Amino acid sequence: MKRMVLFALFALLTSAIHSVNAAVADTIAERVKPCTVCHGPEGRPGPDAYYPRLAGKPRGYLYNQLRNFREGRRYYRPMALLIENLSDEYLSEMAAYFSSLSVPYPAVRGTLDEARTQTARRLVTLGEPGKDIPSCMACHGKALMGIAPDIPGLLGLPADYINAQFGAWRVGSRHAQAPDCMAEIAKRVTAVEASAISAWLAIQPVPDQARPDSSSEALPLKCGNISGRADQ
Amino acid sequence: MKRAATIFVATIAVIAIAAIFNAKLSNRHISTRQTDSSPTQPGRGEYLARAGNCIGCHTAQGGPDYAGGRKLPTPFGTFYTPNITPDRETGIGSWTSDDFWAALHNGESPDGRVLYPTFPYTEYTKVTREDSDAIFLYLRSVPAVSQRSPAHEVRFPYNVRPLLYVWRALYFRPGVYEPEPAQGAEWNRGAYLVQGLGHCNACHGNRNALGATRGAALGGGQIAGLNWYAPSLVSRTEAGIADWQVDDIVKLLATGIASRGVASGPMAEVVRASLQHLTANDLRAIAVYLKSLPENTATIAAPLPETSDDMRKQFARGAAVYEKNCKDCHGTSGEGAPAAYPALAANRGVTMRSPLNSIRSVLNGGYPPSTAGNPRPYGMPPFAQSLSGDEIAAVLSYVRNAWGNRASFVSTLEVERSRGAGY
Repeated sequence: MKRMVLFALFALLTSAIHSVNAAVADTIAERVKPCTVCHGPEGRPGPDAYYPRLAGKPRGYLYNQLRNFREGRRYYRPMALLIENLSDEYLSEMAAYFSSLSVPYPAVRGTLDEARTQTARRLVTLGEPGKDIPSCMACHGKALMGIAPDIPGLLGLPADYINAQFGAWRVGSRHAQAPDCMAEIAKRVTAVEASAISAWLAIQPVPDQARPDSSSEALPLKCGNISGRADQ
Repeated sequence: MKRAATIFVATIAVIAIAAIFNAKLSNRHISTRQTDSSPTQPGRGEYLARAGNCIGCHTAQGGPDYAGGRKLPTPFGTFYTPNITPDRETGIGSWTSDDFWAALHNGESPDGRVLYPTFPYTEYTKVTREDSDAIFLYLRSVPAVSQRSPAHEVRFPYNVRPLLYVWRALYFRPGVYEPEPAQGAEWNRGAYLVQGLGHCNACHGNRNALGATRGAALGGGQIAGLNWYAPSLVSRTEAGIADWQVDDIVKLLATGIASRGVASGPMAEVVRASLQHLTANDLRAIAVYLKSLPENTATIAAPLPETSDDMRKQFARGAAVYEKNCKDCHGTSGEGAPAAYPALAANRGVTMRSPLNSIRSVLNGGYPPSTAGNPRPYGMPPFAQSLSGDEIAAVLSYVRNAWGNRASFVSTLEVERSRGAGY
């Protein structure tokens, strides 16, 4: 009985400490709090997946990914559940917000053996014309930081995350709007090459002020996600 | 062996009798068909299709509108919704308005088969012929999409379609909504929408082992296959709205958020895809009708057990989890923040008997729907990735019993059952 009284007192006490919540900020930053719980300011590993960085990524790319998750072209259930009832306009606003953030990249660490370095450097800079593989730089920019507004940067991401995307395109669990150019390219790259590219990209230093490039050059492939380019 | 043969013969006999009974039902309705189906504007049909949320089930995630293929998990197996675009091969392009009426009103396919009541013809049967024709006319106008739905994966014995005759004889009575003369036009319009196109009872009703809704209409129930609990709309301990202002009910249905409630889970989808598109008059009619329904106390929880030492420990652990993860938005005393974060103190969604929806909300987070009235909703983060089952059980036990709330404690097992569950 005494314990019940104590429990009741404790419960009452917790209700007695009244604090009036300050008005909720009418900002997009407040509205995207559900995103940052996992992704953090600069991306981070979680128990089930790597939650990639959102800050500073191209606006159109982020918007396309949000729609891909919502519409099932890209599969990660927690993302699909979270945003399933949000409008295109709202997702676009969220994408623009994250794109506008400038968060320094953490220092990269690690080395890569000579053979894998050469494989990676060749494919990243030259591609493999014999197998119809364009270089990474042909689409993702000379600095590999992406092209605004739709093409993502490739630096500042962990090797496992990049490699997992190669795998997802190959097995068809990651899609973009058709024509899905990255899925086609990923299928032409071997698993060994993909792993070397991922490892090499992950150890490239990223300048603090790195931003997506802008370019009007034609892409080597037609890509459904890319809007407003000369070849579309 | 002889016994098996007897059971077989008896089963066939029951099905035959049920089939004859079903045929009688059909004939009765055919004799009352209105032969004059005057053309209506597609705009009216589109509106009614919205009210019925046809698009919700008949569209797959990311797929073309009305082209079907959405997976509907149920206790009887998995159904894939059909394509209802005007494609002749894979859709309903070869249907007549009589065929459409037979499906909607009577649960019969043009090929003579009876339909599984996953398609809520048990509710749609209340729809008038005029409205059925308007919806059909609208569906004729949407882009035809050639897309074949996968075959249903229904378990034995439910995959034996003739057994549906028995089910229908037991649980299905075709019949258009008959207005209550004692009630006004607004109430009757609300009843027509709630019982018919709105098919609210398909989720908010309790279902028996054969999937038929039983008990008080809108008395609350676990949604078949979805792992969400659709709260009772006629109980003051759940989502009954007898003491709400009509304007608040309209606001909740139109925008997904009101001062005393938020639409989450499957209801958020219903608001986004259907209810937000209805006129204020129709939403008012729905509110007036729902408010008038008699209280049903079946959902009032049994007396709670005495507080044990373990419960006290769980409560204290939950308070610590709350402090760290929830307090910033929901407030020190669970007071929430108007129009952004719901209050948890005195919130029936928190204290109702089934903790399922609270568990789902903590695990998966979520946003209320983007609607014209609330285009940029605030949201709740998912915690499945950062909190253990123990921590979620503790924080929910705390929230269900702090600040004057009183409800059963939540077990880790209950939380883990929902982790990774479908939908």
